[in-house]
This record gives sequence, structure tokens and C-alpha cells, in this order.
Amino acid sequence: MSVDRDTVAKIAKLARIRIEAEQMEPLAAELSNILGWIEQLNELDTEGVAPMTSVVEVEAPLRADEVTDGDRRDDVLANAPEAAEGFFLVPKVVE
Amino acid sequence: MTEFTKLTIAGARDAIAKGELTAAELTEAHIAAVEKVRPLNAFLVETPEKALKMARAADARRGTTDAGVLNGIPLAIKDLFCTRGVQTTAGSRILEGFTPTYEATVSANLWRAGAVMLGKANMDEFAMGSSNMTSAFGPVESPWRRPGDNRALVPGGSSGGSAAAVAARCALGATGTDTGGSIRQPAAFVGIVGFKPTYGRCSRWGLVAFASSLDQAGPMTRTVRDAAIMLRAMAGHDPKDSTSVDRPVPNYEAALTGDVRGLKVGIPKEYRMDGMPEEIETLWRRGIDWLKAAGAETVDISLPHTKYALPTYYIVAPAEASSNLARYDGVRYGLREPGESLDEMYEATRGAGFGAEVKRRVLIGTYVLSAGYYDAYYNKARRVRTLILNDFRQAYEKVDVILTPTAPSEAFAVGEKMDDPIAMYLNDVFTVPSSLAGLPAVSVPAGLGAEGLPLGLQLIGRAFDEETVLRVADVLEQAAGFDAEPAFLA
Repeated sequence: MSVDRDTVAKIAKLARIRIEAEQMEPLAAELSNILGWIEQLNELDTEGVAPMTSVVEVEAPLRADEVTDGDRRDDVLANAPEAAEGFFLVPKVVE
Repeated sequence: MTEFTKLTIAGARDAIAKGELTAAELTEAHIAAVEKVRPLNAFLVETPEKALKMARAADARRGTTDAGVLNGIPLAIKDLFCTRGVQTTAGSRILEGFTPTYEATVSANLWRAGAVMLGKANMDEFAMGSSNMTSAFGPVESPWRRPGDNRALVPGGSSGGSAAAVAARCALGATGTDTGGSIRQPAAFVGIVGFKPTYGRCSRWGLVAFASSLDQAGPMTRTVRDAAIMLRAMAGHDPKDSTSVDRPVPNYEAALTGDVRGLKVGIPKEYRMDGMPEEIETLWRRGIDWLKAAGAETVDISLPHTKYALPTYYIVAPAEASSNLARYDGVRYGLREPGESLDEMYEATRGAGFGAEVKRRVLIGTYVLSAGYYDAYYNKARRVRTLILNDFRQAYEKVDVILTPTAPSEAFAVGEKMDDPIAMYLNDVFTVPSSLAGLPAVSVPAGLGAEGLPLGLQLIGRAFDEETVLRVADVLEQAAGFDAEPAFLA
């Protein structure tokens, strides 16, 4: 699979990462190279093989639906780039 | 005071328990050693005051029932572990200044066992790397040099700061984390022991997540016995991590009986790779001879899907990383770069906060999970992962443990292998298969290569059979008698 500039721009948008224009071509080449190498997996017939969900066979643990933690507003906000009045501050998102 | 920094964890523990040495003396010697190794850039944060306070508390506990198995032992903590009140960055600009308000379960377990924190160890950004060159805060230098050559060498990665600190004798042990080899490969490069437990053995709660189905914490130490002591303190069930397993934690030190008679050791033919340096092959053969001489039996086995492990890993790990790293959005913690809209703020923040390798992997992960490619890449990789696990399961019907080299080369120079991501990825060719299968594995220093640098041998065990891995590792360590020291010692 060869990845072109437009595909890099599209993935970067999906991943919410700004990529500078001059980085697009080199990244397209690098990603194409890596994906080309990954495609050796197509040599394998995996028909009927179950995709792995968990490497260790464990049953999903259940617990009582009880509040065991909380009341930590100030801890939660302690590392916020911007916070006020007990809330995170973000740029205006609704006009 | 250098004699204190040359102790093992076992030796220091016994000396403190007998009152021959105080935790404060031991810690002061290590604080001085940490300062001395600053040129290696192994630490991102030093915590000398905290260390002394913890050491004095350890001395006060001595002889009481409160003294844990690591009472007074100074350790370095990889910067992937969230430490309450101490900056935790995972080697990334995007988390610069992040000061957790909580403590990772594994580090909390270590403090409960009495250990002393020296500081936070440098690492590849978000644990993505095999050289420690991707840290946003500068590379770590290995304390080793090639004889007659003063060029700086990499300590391996991603737990490169931890590896360098333990090898340079400025910490008695360190925590590492291993996703595809990040404990074992650096341990091999600097001539120490690095142990990756079974997936689920140690809690992942409070670890900065990279690839959640693979990440596992483990000890990095100078001896196998020390790894056993440290692992016992780190391991255990944690209700806060639903993938941590509720099984009793054995006294791993008791597993070091020195007796491997009758044990079956598998030698997988697929690990004999084209172009592998002769010295690696020679060392492997020596390892086989050592275990045979100790009474073990070697069995030729096949793990037929070995060559597909790396490409599988480079789908699974980036896919999980792209999802895990979505949380760095400039809103709740870490870096924020301004933007006209919320989306622009996200993009600017992540564009400025992530380094090149992290961006590369998040983009690959996003691509293989995107509509139209999910089946062809991500599900395909998950199917191959099942085949890789089945290879090991079949092998363990015939053998008790598997012996391989840890890494395909000696350490390389700072700046080498940076132009081709795939060349860098190949460092983990021998460690990734057992990561994908979630199995316990250790690297034991076993000799010096042609360039005079350490080489490691890897042992891989059955799931949750850390004890057999440690028992064989101990025998291998005794036989190898590795006593070479790096050029730079604290």
C-alpha cells in the first residue's frame, strides 16, 4: 500500500495532529515503507483463525456497582492548562 | 562510599537488616552517585530530599514488622510511572510539568515494601523506541564505551535511563516497562538483568499507557536474585486494573535453587537469522552448553510464525497507541497550544507536543484502524497474534523454557540507525514474539561481543511461570560469570 500526500493529510486530520507542509512528502514515503513491510502478513492464510482479544485467558471481573472513589475535583483540575471556578477552560466552541 | 553503590539489592537488604549499614548511608551514597552520572542524562528528575526522608523512615522501621522486603533500597523509577507530587512526562514534551496527584500501583507497592525513590529515569518518548534517542529531553548515553573509541553509545530503549542508572551503579535497581522489548533490550545493551513478567502479573494502573494489551512493568537489576526480590514487591492483583491477574505472588527468591537437572530447554530454529553476527550465534551456543552442563536437556523446537511477529507488532502497538494517546488534547493536562477553534487547538497541541516517532506511530495506528483498512490490517494482525501464541503453546507441550539471544547486535552509537525506522524496529526481533504472547521473559548478561560490549541471552517461560524463568536465569548467570564493568562508573 502506497500512501500519498493526501492520505497523510487525511490521517493527520483524523489523528488531530498538525503536520507542516514540508513534512508531508517525507512522512508519506516513511509510512509507505513501513506499511509495505507490514504487508508480508498477507503471505499467511488466517482463514478461520480467531483474532486475539486477550493474551491471558481471564474472565471479565465483576464488581458491585458502588462508588469507591471521587470528590477529587481539585486533584482532577490540578494539571489543567487552564481552569476556573472548578471547571476546565477551553476555547469557545459554540458561537 | 563507592562500596555502597557496588552492593546488590540482596546484599544491601541483609546489611541493613543486620544493622551493618543504615538506609540513610546507603541512600546518601546513591544520591552522590546520581549527581556524578549526570553527563549520561539518565534522570529527568532527581528527588534527593524525598529519598533521604524515605531512607530515614526505613531506618526507623528496621527490625519491626513494618520493614518490607525492600526496606531502605534506593531505586530509579522509569518516567512512565505516575508518581504523586513528582513530575511524570513519559519522555514527552506534551506532558512537561505534569505532576500526578496519584501514585501508580507498582511504585506504591515498592514504597510499601520500603524502597527509596532516587528520581525519574529518562526514556524514549511514550516508550516508543529502542535507543532512548526519541526522548524529548535528550538521549541517554550508555555508561559503556567500545574499547579505544570514545563515541557515545545508546543504552537501548525504551527503558534506557533505568538501564544506564543501574549499569553505572547509581541505583541498586530500577523499574522498567516492556511493550516489545523495552526492558530486555536495554538490559542486554548495558550488561544487566531485565525481567518482563507475564502480562497481568503487575498492575498497569498509573502507567502512562502505550499499547495496553502489551505493556508490562518489570525490574531491572544487576543480578537475577535482585530481580526476583524486586518482582515480588512489584507484582500482585490490583482491582484498579481489570487485566491484572488475581493469583498469589510467590516468593520468587525461593525459586533460585540452582537446580535445572532434567529441565527441557527449547532452542527455536527460527531465531537463527540470516545476517546475524557470528558472536551472537556463538554466545547462544555457549548458553546451550552451560545449561546442558548444569543437567538440563535442550530440545530443538520450531516457532514457525516468528518472522511475522515484528510486522504484527507494528500494527497492534501503533493501533493501541493511537487510541491511548488521544487523551493528550491540551484540555485536561499537559501542553496546550492556542488555536482558532477547538480542533485547531487539538492539532496545534499534538503537532507541537509529540516527537517524530510518536507522530509516525499514531498516524500508522490511525491508518490501520480507519474505515476500509481495519480488517485488512488490524484484524489480520490480531489473527496472526493468535498464531504466534499458538506456536508458543505447542512448544510448551515439549519444553519448560526457551533460550534465545536477547538482541541481534551489540549497542550502537548515538545517532546511528536513525534514518530508517524499520532498521531501528529490528532491534526487537527476538523480544517482540514473547511480548505478543504475553509470556514472562528475562535478559541475562552473558558475555562481551566482538566490539567489547555486553550481550544478553533471553529466557522465555510459560505464562505465570516466572519461577522457572528465574531459576534457569540464575543458573545461566552463574555459568556466564559476567563481571565486565562499564567505562563510566559512579
